Amino acid sequence: MNVSNTPILSFVTFLPLLGAAFIAMLHNDAKGNARWIALWTTLLTFLISIPIWTGFDKSNAGFQFVENAAWLGTIKYKMGVDGISMLFVILTTFLMPLCILASWESVQERVKEYMIAFLVLETLMLGVFCALDLILFYLFFEAVLIPMFLIIGIWGGKRRIYASFKFFLYTLLGSVLMLLAMMAMYWQGGTTDIPTLMSTKFPVQMQSWLWLAFFASFAVKMPMWPVHTWLPDAHVEAPTAGSVVLAAILLKMGGYGFLRFSLPMLPVASHDFAPLIFALSTVAIIYTSLVALAQEDVKKLIAYSSVAHMGYVTMGIFTFTVQGIDGAIFQMLSHGIVSAALFLCVGVVYDRMHTREISAYGGLVNRMPIYAFTLMIFTMANVGLPGTSGFVGEFLTLLGAFQANTWVAFLATFGVILSAAYALYLYRRMIFGELVKPSLQAITDMGPREIGIMAPLVALTILFGIYPAPILDVTRASVKNLVATYQSAIKTAEAKP
Amino acid sequence: MQNAALLIVFLPLAGALIAGFFGRVLGERPSEVVTTAFLLLAAILSWWVFTQVGFGHAVFKVPVMRWITSGDLDVNWTLRVDTLTAVMLVVVTTVSSLVHLYSIGYMAEDDSRQRFFAYLSLFTFAMLMLVTADNLLQMFFGWEGVGLASYLLIGFWYKKPSANAAAIKAFVVNRVGDFGFALGIFGLFAVCGSINLDQIFGAVPALAGKPFEFLGYQVDTLTCLALLLFMGAMGKSAQFLLHTWLPDAMEGPTPVSALIHAATMVTAGVFMVARLSPVFELAPEALKFVTFIGALTAFFAATVGLVQNDIKRVIAYSTCSQLGYMFVACGVGAYTAGIFHLFTHAFFKALLFLGAGSVIHAMHHEQDMRNMGGLQKLIPKTWAMMLIGTLALTGVGIPGWIGFAGFHSKDAIIESAYAAHTPNNYAFWALVIAAFMTSFYSWRLMFMTFHQPARWGADHAVHDEHAEPATASDHAHDDHGHDHTPRESPLVMLVPLYGLAAGAVLAGVVFTKYFIGTGHGHGEADPYKAFWGPSITEGAHNHILHAMHEIPHWVGFAPFVAMLAGLGLAYVYYIRSPWLPAATARTFRPLYLFFLNRWYIDELYDFLFVRPAFAIGRALWKGGDGTVIDGTIDGTASTVGWFTGRAVRFQTGYVYNYAFVMLIGVAAILTYMIAGGVGR
Repeated sequence: MNVSNTPILSFVTFLPLLGAAFIAMLHNDAKGNARWIALWTTLLTFLISIPIWTGFDKSNAGFQFVENAAWLGTIKYKMGVDGISMLFVILTTFLMPLCILASWESVQERVKEYMIAFLVLETLMLGVFCALDLILFYLFFEAVLIPMFLIIGIWGGKRRIYASFKFFLYTLLGSVLMLLAMMAMYWQGGTTDIPTLMSTKFPVQMQSWLWLAFFASFAVKMPMWPVHTWLPDAHVEAPTAGSVVLAAILLKMGGYGFLRFSLPMLPVASHDFAPLIFALSTVAIIYTSLVALAQEDVKKLIAYSSVAHMGYVTMGIFTFTVQGIDGAIFQMLSHGIVSAALFLCVGVVYDRMHTREISAYGGLVNRMPIYAFTLMIFTMANVGLPGTSGFVGEFLTLLGAFQANTWVAFLATFGVILSAAYALYLYRRMIFGELVKPSLQAITDMGPREIGIMAPLVALTILFGIYPAPILDVTRASVKNLVATYQSAIKTAEAKP
Repeated sequence: MQNAALLIVFLPLAGALIAGFFGRVLGERPSEVVTTAFLLLAAILSWWVFTQVGFGHAVFKVPVMRWITSGDLDVNWTLRVDTLTAVMLVVVTTVSSLVHLYSIGYMAEDDSRQRFFAYLSLFTFAMLMLVTADNLLQMFFGWEGVGLASYLLIGFWYKKPSANAAAIKAFVVNRVGDFGFALGIFGLFAVCGSINLDQIFGAVPALAGKPFEFLGYQVDTLTCLALLLFMGAMGKSAQFLLHTWLPDAMEGPTPVSALIHAATMVTAGVFMVARLSPVFELAPEALKFVTFIGALTAFFAATVGLVQNDIKRVIAYSTCSQLGYMFVACGVGAYTAGIFHLFTHAFFKALLFLGAGSVIHAMHHEQDMRNMGGLQKLIPKTWAMMLIGTLALTGVGIPGWIGFAGFHSKDAIIESAYAAHTPNNYAFWALVIAAFMTSFYSWRLMFMTFHQPARWGADHAVHDEHAEPATASDHAHDDHGHDHTPRESPLVMLVPLYGLAAGAVLAGVVFTKYFIGTGHGHGEADPYKAFWGPSITEGAHNHILHAMHEIPHWVGFAPFVAMLAGLGLAYVYYIRSPWLPAATARTFRPLYLFFLNRWYIDELYDFLFVRPAFAIGRALWKGGDGTVIDGTIDGTASTVGWFTGRAVRFQTGYVYNYAFVMLIGVAAILTYMIAGGVGR
């Protein structure tokens, strides 16, 4: 664990909050200024976060850029990243400027508050991935939902109240249980320091209860079947940028939680509960893919497809193989890019037509060739075509699953067929065919701002598909360490009785 | 040599990117020229590499870039060039360059030619990645890449609903095959610890006959994995059960049908089995299945081909049937005969398709043979080329001596099928009967199109729904008083036909002894062994290429007789007594309908899979997500109304509630800790 002198993680984490404070001081009618400040803040945050990647020691499996300060007695303000969390920080800082740009014209009401909400959200999300103290983590993890609520509740669609209520109800149960689990951990381990707790051996009996409590929280966040039904509603009601953040980053907090807490701290329980996870994951992959096939709302379809893709993640994590976990992390990052892009693509046409009904579109390629091309790339990435980033994660998780359990791999691979069906069926209904609908006759192709948003996402989707090394090299040491620790823990546990 | 290999593979990619991204700026003609020129260059280099590798025995690899490294898995982008690859390079680049050239003429009236040529070149790149793969994952990349290109090209005329449906069908059915391919890759990694070809080939001999657990059963490792991999081959090569996409793929422009759905992509399955011959050779049970599926497909597709009226669909079913032949060859261990047929078939089938395209072009986008006839005099060059293609496909030649391309390769397969002694010689008989039917439907096509009295005219032209769309300029021509008389295609379309015709005539004569040997020299002396080198593995007990030369005389004559019988019968039916087809169809109406409706397999799938998938999806959505899950949750919280009522008043009421709960939680934990701290 190296302790660097510059508190770069804190700097990156709290810079957006500073931006938010600036915006709060603006006059109420300063829409343009609020936008520009938000854009510059997020861009600056991204720039400053780049040294975290470039300066990251890939051979070091431990936490890096660690900051440790006294805070509330036994609770420390401790931040740090390892190979598992670091790239999520970069993903977050990378996507936020795009979110701000995507809201540039579509949000006209309460712009100031909107930008503040997003900047606060960024700080909180970054905090989740950097926090190395249980309480700090809990604060960030739970507080993230507040700006998200606001974004859905204020700038959302017609049924936003129902959506945010559902969101609330689901998450509440999970958080209460997780809080209890954290208290129990502190009671057992005597500290809230995450790295220390990762090497604490919790009694086997206790592990099960702790695991279930964490599971309740992470499964909702993921979301795993059958607690996924909040997601389609939340996505449908959220504004475009809200959907982007929700799909690209908030969903990853569940998977990150499994990797940070369940696996290293509760290995025996993870081992025992793996069949449950496998069952839920394969059900998610097949069930939600079939449901996606029947959708009539673009955003719902993509939301269901997200649930299926997250099924690969949970499946991969609980194979306890290097490929499975590498694949799960890769899948999360790739989904972060691809689902963000898909929701942005929906936003492009939603801004023009103000409807999410698939049947309201058709034949868009006739007037929007650039859009059709962009959407094709992301559709293929969603389908997991080799050469796109979507393939690598899917392939590695399935490869890991085959080693763990052939039934799981067999069933999960059906997702490969079903994803092709629902994604291409969607593409056909929206893009291909004659442009006959009168309402679409004057629709315009993507403008420079929209192309500017999509271009980096297209580039990364292809780049990580043909050259995933920048990601896999970062995760290698930490994942290897995680698997080794897990295996030795299981060995000891099996030797005991 | 290494640079040549790199150029061969990446020139088409460069062409695709240039035409795709800069096509609008460059204009249509420069895009066509760039892509075609790149492909011609790649083709020339391929022939050079082919001579170097095939006759100079140089086997080499070109490392390109790292790809996926995770734990024990280490996969790189590498080009592997041995004889098998070199043969494929020649096939792919030759046919592709000629199809590019042909398309300049054929697509001249289309207004998005840049896109068309970009797709064609993209396809070629993916296909080349497939055949140069040094590991299964790169093969899978090419495999799905050609699937994407196929999807894009089938749906090229995106305004046609039937084309869009066919494109999706092709992709999804192929994905069903890929499901097996992917599981096969996972399985090979699980048992071999690598998915690089050399490591797999090194590891499999030790696994022969060993069991492993799959889906709770103890199964023979290599049989199971070979069958899974073969499932991928069945999808890509349109074998029985996974063939349904291929006829529909004819919705794409005809040059696409020639390149992708006849000469190259659909043969990828055959290539895969040959490439993995070290695995398949150790899985005899799997090989039996390969033979069975191949024979069944050869027979099934030929029966359907007998009654089709769309000129392209006849050739499509013919392709399906010929692919069955290739699989029979692989199944009985005569991999090189399978690849030989792949090689010759590429020339004559592409020739037939491009010829059909020339006919369609002349007929102003008419594809129904019932509306053709009498074209021999009007488009004599096309007719001559189609005739060569037909002679090659039906395998015309003098038994034991010399003939057109198909004669050498198809007869070799039929002989090897006999020599393999399948139960009751079923494979042999299926192929002979299929050869008879092949001859019948091929000549039926020729007679209906060229020789029967003309059935077309301005008033009678019926444009069916599958016909390729007539472009605006077409109608413009019509309006200016041109008649509908079919005219010969321009030179740019005829030259590719000549090139392919040369292949269809000569490929057999020139290459027989290298591809399948002479049967005279024993052991290493046989020229085919030196030609193939280590690229094809034959098991210790595999003497099929020798045995196929030691068969009874009548066996060698059987395909010849079948071919003549088919020709004779077609002559009777379509020239001598043209009323016979209708009469026969009436007499055997159930059988006729069974063939005409492609054994009702599409209908069966629609009933078994497609409709249920949508129905289940809807049921799970409304019932599962809606009633059960949300019902439970809303029920648990019977306070929904209360909450909602509150929320309407304070729009963001939840947030405060939530923040409040969270803070209470933190307060609780802090209190607990401090109390705990005191306690300690």
